[in-house]
Amino acid sequence: MLKTYTYPKYDYRTPPEVGSDKTLKAPVVIVGAGPVGLGMALDLDLQGIPVLLLDEDDTVSIGSRGVCYAKRALEILDRYGVGEVVCAKGVSWNVGRTFFRESEVYNFNLVPEPDHHRPGMVNLQQYYLEEYLVTRASSRPGIDLRWKNKVVSVAQTDKGVTLTVETPDGIYTVEADWLIAADGARSPIRRMLGLEVEGKIFMDRFLIADVVMKADFPAERWFWFDPPFHPNQSVLLHKQTDSVFRIDFQLGWDADPEEEKKPENVIPRIKAMLGDEREFELEWVSVYTFQCRRMGRFNHGRVLFVGDAAHQVSPFGARGANSGLQDADNLGWKLKLVMEGKAPARLLESYSEERVYAADENLMNSTRSTDFITPKSRASRTFRNAILSLAKDHAFGRSLVNSGRLSVPSFLVESSLNTPDEDGFAGRMLPGAPIDDAPVAKDGLPGWLLQSTGNRFQLMVFVDDPATTDTSALSQLNVGGIPVEPLLVSRTAATSSALPCVHDVRGIAAQRYDARPGTSYLIRPDQHVAARWRQIDAEKVRAAVARATCQQ
Amino acid sequence: MALNLNPNLSEAGKRYFSAYSPGDDFYELLIGAHRDLSDEQSELLNARLILLLANHIGDIGTLREALAVAREGV
Repeated sequence: MLKTYTYPKYDYRTPPEVGSDKTLKAPVVIVGAGPVGLGMALDLDLQGIPVLLLDEDDTVSIGSRGVCYAKRALEILDRYGVGEVVCAKGVSWNVGRTFFRESEVYNFNLVPEPDHHRPGMVNLQQYYLEEYLVTRASSRPGIDLRWKNKVVSVAQTDKGVTLTVETPDGIYTVEADWLIAADGARSPIRRMLGLEVEGKIFMDRFLIADVVMKADFPAERWFWFDPPFHPNQSVLLHKQTDSVFRIDFQLGWDADPEEEKKPENVIPRIKAMLGDEREFELEWVSVYTFQCRRMGRFNHGRVLFVGDAAHQVSPFGARGANSGLQDADNLGWKLKLVMEGKAPARLLESYSEERVYAADENLMNSTRSTDFITPKSRASRTFRNAILSLAKDHAFGRSLVNSGRLSVPSFLVESSLNTPDEDGFAGRMLPGAPIDDAPVAKDGLPGWLLQSTGNRFQLMVFVDDPATTDTSALSQLNVGGIPVEPLLVSRTAATSSALPCVHDVRGIAAQRYDARPGTSYLIRPDQHVAARWRQIDAEKVRAAVARATCQQ
Repeated sequence: MALNLNPNLSEAGKRYFSAYSPGDDFYELLIGAHRDLSDEQSELLNARLILLLANHIGDIGTLREALAVAREGV
């Protein structure tokens, strides 16, 4: 049935351990080669940690599934080396329109601010993202990616985790120091360890269809409440790549999933929506329900949970894969420091702390959207429709319309890793914030601030001119074996700089960071602010790095 | 006091990173207040709520304007 995409079939190779008594020892095993498991492997690879990545299947996701990749996820994918190909292949969009019955009542623009490298959202079928990540991971010698390798048992001690892995040729045993479960919403690892995930299932069903058609719909997200072609329910339209459109129809709880999936029932719905006789073909159809739930904590001894294995949200807001990639972003550097003995295991508590905080934000926002989109009582529906009727003419009404609050990164302002501000700052780059991008030049070539950050601790120092700034305190900054690399952000084009330097060509970085000469930001390897000051003070930097790595 | 038709919700001491957050906070409270009520009970709650808020606003000119705007769309 699929017409625009040919699924790759990845080679299974007999693991050398099968049929021998040899136990495979691995520092880190990741289970599940979906977007999050693959991202996790690439993150650890950037940290120089060898990874064994196991997947029970031998291809990418079937059907388009995750479609929207948000700005922060794209920035993380840039670090993983696939941001460019995802953006080039995907459909970039910023504008969302909301319709109530026959008319548009509201629209939003995800990036009201220019001068960011990545757009608010890129739409791309999940199989493309996975394929690019697989290609990238396969090119990395440190990543041992094994298809058709299914974990059938797991046991952990305080020293590590023992796994039994089943392959078409037999079983073998792996002893891992650390196990990362990226094995999805139904997580067999979670189940085998007897761990709970709590939350609620929503009593509603949605029909999801990928449709190939030549249509001149703009690259925008269109959302209908109670449209004439599908009364009393909601409909969502998204443009994907290769002329594929994603259409999502709310069906109600009483719908029969098997009946609804039949082309003879799907096609009339789409025809009614298009309102004309234009040609289209169905690529993929599914009926889904969803749950909003998470594990109580994401670290359990030597086992760490990422992505849907740890938390699941409703699809409204694209907060699934996007937040999963942020889990990987948060965990990689922490696990490396713990594995190398440069930080105590307590640092992994902060992975759970920070990502539970983010998961709760995602759960809250996606639950609110769900409650608005699918009201569960007459009072709730009356309020919803009242807001939609006020939205057309009144700004306050528009601010209350909730057709999905699209994925944005959490500001981890309550994290114990942050050093509280001592100095006054305006703006939003406060400790715990994901750092803002800005156009800069490096060695005379135009680029972006985020491209000069990530993967290591950095002290970003704003200067007027590197040649006339005393940067002696910045060389050789090292805190318990953790180097802190300086990054000068210069107001003027540097003639010469002994330290890494970017030129804030239009002053936008200084503006976004509320910076003056001497302002310095300690940036974590996952591109979040750990601390900031108005002057360079090596002692304070040391204390802040110690705090950000649980060394105190 | 002219009727304010721009977004105007916020909570003291709370910092928002998305413009939609204060409105969504309020809406969740509002819908939550109706949980487990019958339709009739919900109607009564709404009536009581309007009376409480009207008294709080106090200015009858503003209330007159609000009543007119509300009525327009019904």
